[in-house]
This record gives sequence, structure tokens and C-alpha cells, in this order.
Amino acid sequence: MENNHINESLLNESIKEDLKQNRIDHMAYLPGMEAIDSTVMDTVVAASRSYDYDKYTAADVERALAHDNRTPEDFAALLSPAATPMLEQIAQVARYETRCHFGNSICMFTPLYISNYCQNYCIYCGFNCHNKIQRAKLDYGEIEQEMQAIAKSGLQEILILTGESRAKSNVEYIGEACKIARKYFRVIGIEVYPMNSDEYAYLHKCGADYVTVFQETYNPDKYETLHLAGNKRIFPYRVNAQERALMGGMRGVGFAALLGLDDFRKDAFATGMHAYLLQRKYPHAEIAFSCPRLRPIINNDRINPMDVHEAQLLQVVMAYRLFMPFSSITVSTRENPRVRNNLVNIAATKISAASKTGIGSHAEGLKDKGDEQFEIDDSRSVEEVYNDLLELGLQPVMSDYIYVG
Amino acid sequence: MHGAFRAQRFGACKLKVKVNGKVEDVAAGTTILQYVESAGYRVDRIAVEVNRNIVPKSTYANVGLHDGDSVEIVSFCGGG
Amino acid sequence: MQSKETTQDKLVLGNKEFDSRFILGSGKYSLELIKAAIENAGAQIVTLALRRANDGGLANILDYIPDTVTLLPNTSGARNAEEAVRIARLSREICGSDFIKIEVIHDSKYLLPDNYETAKATETLANEGFVVMPYMYPDLNAARDMQNAGAACIMPLGSPIGSNKGLATREFIQILIDEIDLPIIVDAGIGRPSQACEAMEMGAAAVMANTAIATAGNVPAMAEAFRKAIEAGRTAYLAKLGRVVSKGAVASDPLTGFLQD
Repeated sequence: MENNHINESLLNESIKEDLKQNRIDHMAYLPGMEAIDSTVMDTVVAASRSYDYDKYTAADVERALAHDNRTPEDFAALLSPAATPMLEQIAQVARYETRCHFGNSICMFTPLYISNYCQNYCIYCGFNCHNKIQRAKLDYGEIEQEMQAIAKSGLQEILILTGESRAKSNVEYIGEACKIARKYFRVIGIEVYPMNSDEYAYLHKCGADYVTVFQETYNPDKYETLHLAGNKRIFPYRVNAQERALMGGMRGVGFAALLGLDDFRKDAFATGMHAYLLQRKYPHAEIAFSCPRLRPIINNDRINPMDVHEAQLLQVVMAYRLFMPFSSITVSTRENPRVRNNLVNIAATKISAASKTGIGSHAEGLKDKGDEQFEIDDSRSVEEVYNDLLELGLQPVMSDYIYVG
Repeated sequence: MHGAFRAQRFGACKLKVKVNGKVEDVAAGTTILQYVESAGYRVDRIAVEVNRNIVPKSTYANVGLHDGDSVEIVSFCGGG
Repeated sequence: MQSKETTQDKLVLGNKEFDSRFILGSGKYSLELIKAAIENAGAQIVTLALRRANDGGLANILDYIPDTVTLLPNTSGARNAEEAVRIARLSREICGSDFIKIEVIHDSKYLLPDNYETAKATETLANEGFVVMPYMYPDLNAARDMQNAGAACIMPLGSPIGSNKGLATREFIQILIDEIDLPIIVDAGIGRPSQACEAMEMGAAAVMANTAIATAGNVPAMAEAFRKAIEAGRTAYLAKLGRVVSKGAVASDPLTGFLQD
């Protein structure tokens, strides 16, 4: 079943040709990649493989809803097709859990793309190295200008992103960006290529506290057909990134499957299990989820998330909430304002504002240096998002913590 | 050395040994096995410590008592 | 007839498997009753304490316990890790069993266990090959320390020893059951079969009881009542408790009315 799941919207003629070429072993570490002693990946992949979502019934879903502390079995039921017709009932419980753990607060932040050079070939991504887009990288002065512009909007949390190129944006470069960010922001997250634990430790010293790595899909066979070249092709090195980040002293880690690439139920289940196992192994770790669906990119406007409709997206977000009620859940600007407002009303706890996925998009004078990773669907400013949250009876929060080193 | 001195002073045939907190006179050369059997203990029901070191059951016949030794003999009782 | 799920349901401690999930204490009652209590309890593990031996050929408790039963000496009397280790080593010397229940108490009023010293003793004894079963106050961080130190299970107290007050620490025991990948055996304070049953329904791997049985009007009959309660609770847990009215299920405004595509 799982291998028949192909999202045709990703494919064009040249990708079909490239898929016929020989490719390196995606399960073997490359030189320089730190291999850690951990069973987490194998457990997650096996759990996802054996997840038979058709066996769950409405009774399983109701039982899961009734539990105080939900088990992996409950999570499996909540992600199953049996739960899809029960979304309203689930939403009532999900909102209850969200308010129990977070009150009315919703964290606000913005992503800052500082480079879009990439050495990976991920066929669904606008930054992929075969996609003909305008490439750019901000120098330190430009990073500072962008951060100043963002800080002026009142935001205190920033997520620093790069394309995945060690050559064009090395660890030192990202570290300098973190140091600059410290001057303007209270909370710094990074979403960059996976690295070794000592490199995460270095970035933590530079001021970063949170690391997000999207696994995209947890099905290694499907992963192989989507990531044709580059370090990202190495599946285990990516899966173990969060654990290496925690070993490097990071405070929190974020998880995501890109919904629509493969069977979204299995991928969402794997994502939750990945977070669950790491939280058990590293009880101090803060856990975050993102819930991205596929979006159109430059040179392929046909890309869509196939069978992950709004109802399925909502189901996934709520299942994460109910399984790990204490986790932070971010809702992406891939979604429109209507969907985002409703998701924060029910289960999400973090929302970006004034998002841009291009390079040099915040400060005057740096406009449009480099192209976007994907099309966003919510162009609201910080003020607009802020006011919308207030209108929903929610409390926008710019920062709820301080960096303690 | 201290023990040897006391053994001479009080007569070579008797040792002073503290067993479960009580000082007892024991003939020189007595082994653990001889002591516990003569005192009515069942070897398979006890453990013995001499000066805080456990004496393995298999060596009871070979380990002799010395003057000044502190011996603990323990066994099981009801407990939760 | 038993379902397949329950017949294959074993309690694993160290390298031993047990069908019974009732650990019976042997304190506070006459030796003559022990055999009947063990039989009626269906117990495969019985706890013992270590004391200075009486001289002479007095009745020994081991003579009243069937050979098939696994002996679980405890370290009662220990006030710190060092004493617990000493008692554990002596106990192993008597019976050859690697099983040890660590009990470190230096509070004579409430008899509450010292988690910190217990974790230290757990580490030492696990390194010496003992199957370490630490009795503890149900604290998640301490339980993690004991797990990391090599414990074979965690034995949180339901309420103070001998109090018969039941699961006063229910919420915290539930946290241990949910978060610790070791058998959680509820020990101490269980006063009635219904409380033992409740602990098992929650997902406890076993229950240990002593005073409740020892002080019953009919000791062997109470041992049987506990066995039945523990089996009922275990079966209920495996059967998965039924649905209850979902919380927050009162639909005010529908939350999902926004869905479009």
C-alpha cells in the first residue's frame, strides 16, 4: 500500500529522467557525519511501517479522547480514518487540552531566510539545486538590517533559516547570524541543514536554543525517491538530527513531516512517535511540531498536497495536541488566514507573522535578493496577526522565556 | 598484634569474640563452621560477617576466628 | 476460559518470568499461616527481612516457604545506601537469590523512603548483578534515576507503610506507569483488595501487600481476596477500560465549521 502512494503533482519530465539515474545509498552515512548510538530511528520507522490505521474504530477514538494521558495506541486511533468523521468532538477535547497547558497564549515569531543556496535535490522544494532560481546569501551587515527591520515590528522571537549548503552557509556563518540575533531577539531558533552534536553545541553557545528539522517523510523508500542528491539524501543522518541537537545542549527540538509527500497518516504517526521517544529519552527537551502541507514552488505551480485536505490537516494537528498536550505546535504560512486562525483557536500555539520565504525581504533596500522557497498563503503583517488573535480571545505572546546559556 | 598480645595475657586457649553484639569466649583455633554448628545455627539459613566482611559459606571450615573479631550472624525473618 | 492475551501475560523481573502479580509480604504474622497465605495468594514472590540470627534451632521462616517461590529479601533497617548494600549482600549470601528490594528509611515517624539514598544503593547493587527492586516515594525524577541506575522495576508507595490508606499517591503513580519503561509495582499502604484492583486497572505491573493480609481476621482468606482483586484489575487493564463520557464534549459553537476544501 505505502509504496503505491505517489503524488504525481511533484513530477515533471526532467525529474522523471533523473529518477532513472543511479543514486548513492541513502541509508549509509557519508564521511564526517556523526553516527550516534541510538535505537530511536529504527523504532520510529518500524512503528510507522506497522501502523495499520484501518483497524481502528470510533470506539478506539472515543477511548483515546477519554484518557488523561494518551498512549501511542491512542495517537494511532486519533490519526486513523475512523477519527475523520469525529473532528468536531475531537476539536472540543483538543481545545480543552490546549487551554489547560497554554491558557490563551499564542507565541508569535517570524522566519528569516538568510541564504537560499542549496546542494540538495529535493524534487518538491523551490530551493533544490536543479531549480533555476535567483540565489542569494545575506552578508552580516544585511542580516543585521533584516533583523532590525523585524525587531521594529515588535517580534522577539526569530527563526533563522538557510538553504542546505555547508559550502555557502557554513556553521560559523550561521553562528554569526545567531550572535547578531541575540542583540535583537529573546528567542532564537534555527532551521538549517542537520549537523553534528558539537556543531549544535557551538550554535547553542552563539545563542540558538531551538532546532527544527523537517524529516519530510519517515518512509525510507519514499524518501529515497524524493531526495535525489546532497547530504539530505542520507536518511538516518536527518532522522537523528534532533537527538544530536539535544546532545549538543539545545533546549528544544522541532519535528515535521511534509504532509502530502507520502501516506500522511503514517508520516504523522512517525513524527509523533519520533518526538515521543526523544521526549522519554531526554525528559527535559521541549517538543515542537510543525504541520506543513505541500505548496506550489517556482517552476512547478502544480504541486499540491493531494489527499491532505483541510480536514486531514486539522486531524493531524489535533492528534499531535492530544498525544503530547504540552508540545508547541506551529501553524505555517503555507496556510491561509482562515485556516490559521481556526487552528490556533483549537490546537496550535505558535504562529508566524509577516513571513517571507525569499532572501532579503524585510529591510528596505534589500528587496528580492533571492527567490522564495515556496508560496505563502498568509501575508498578514505582525499587527494584523496580533489583532486577529485578540479578536479570537487569544493572547499574543512575543516571548515567554529568557536565554540562560 | 593487639589481639595476639591480649591472647597471651588472658591465656592462650581462649579468644574474646563479639558475636551479634555480645562478647563470648571462644577456644583458639575455632573455625566459623565449628562455631556456628556448636551454637546451633543451620548453615543453610544464615550469613556470617567477620569485621564487616562477608565470609562465603564455602569457606566456613577454613576461616578461623581471631581474638577481637566482631562477628555478625544473620538470618531471615518475616518482613514486607 | 482465559483469553490468549491473559494467558501469555507475564511479569518479567531480571531474567525470571512470573504468572502471579501479587508479591506477598511475610511480616507481622505467624509462621504457621505463611504457607496457607502463599498458597491462597498464588504468590510466586515473597519478601523477607534480615535480622540477627537467634541462636539455637528455632523455627526458620525459610522452612515455611515452598521452594518454588522466589525469595525477595528487603533491606529494611537500612538508613542509608551503604547499609542497604551491606544488607543486600548478606541476604544474597543466605539464599543465593539475586533479588533484592531496597528499602532505605531514616524517618521513624512516617517511615517514608529516602529516594536519593535508594538510587545510590540501586546503582551499586545493579552493578553487582542484583535484580534491584527499589521501594520509593513516587517521584518521576527519582524513578528515572533508578531506571538509569539499573533498577529492574520501580516500587512506588501507595500511602505510608502499614497505613492501609490505599492509593493516596494515585496521580503520581499513574505518571510513573505512563513514563517509565519498567514494571511499576505498587508497594505499601494498600489496605483493601479493591485498592489493589484499582492499582492494577491503572496499569501497575504488580502489587505488594503485607499488613492488610497480616492483620485480617482470616489471613489465608484475605490472601485469596487480594489474589482475585489483582487478577481482576489486571484483566480489566488488558481489556482496556470502557469509554466514559468525553471531556469537553459539550459542543457550544462548532469548532470545525471553518473547514472548506
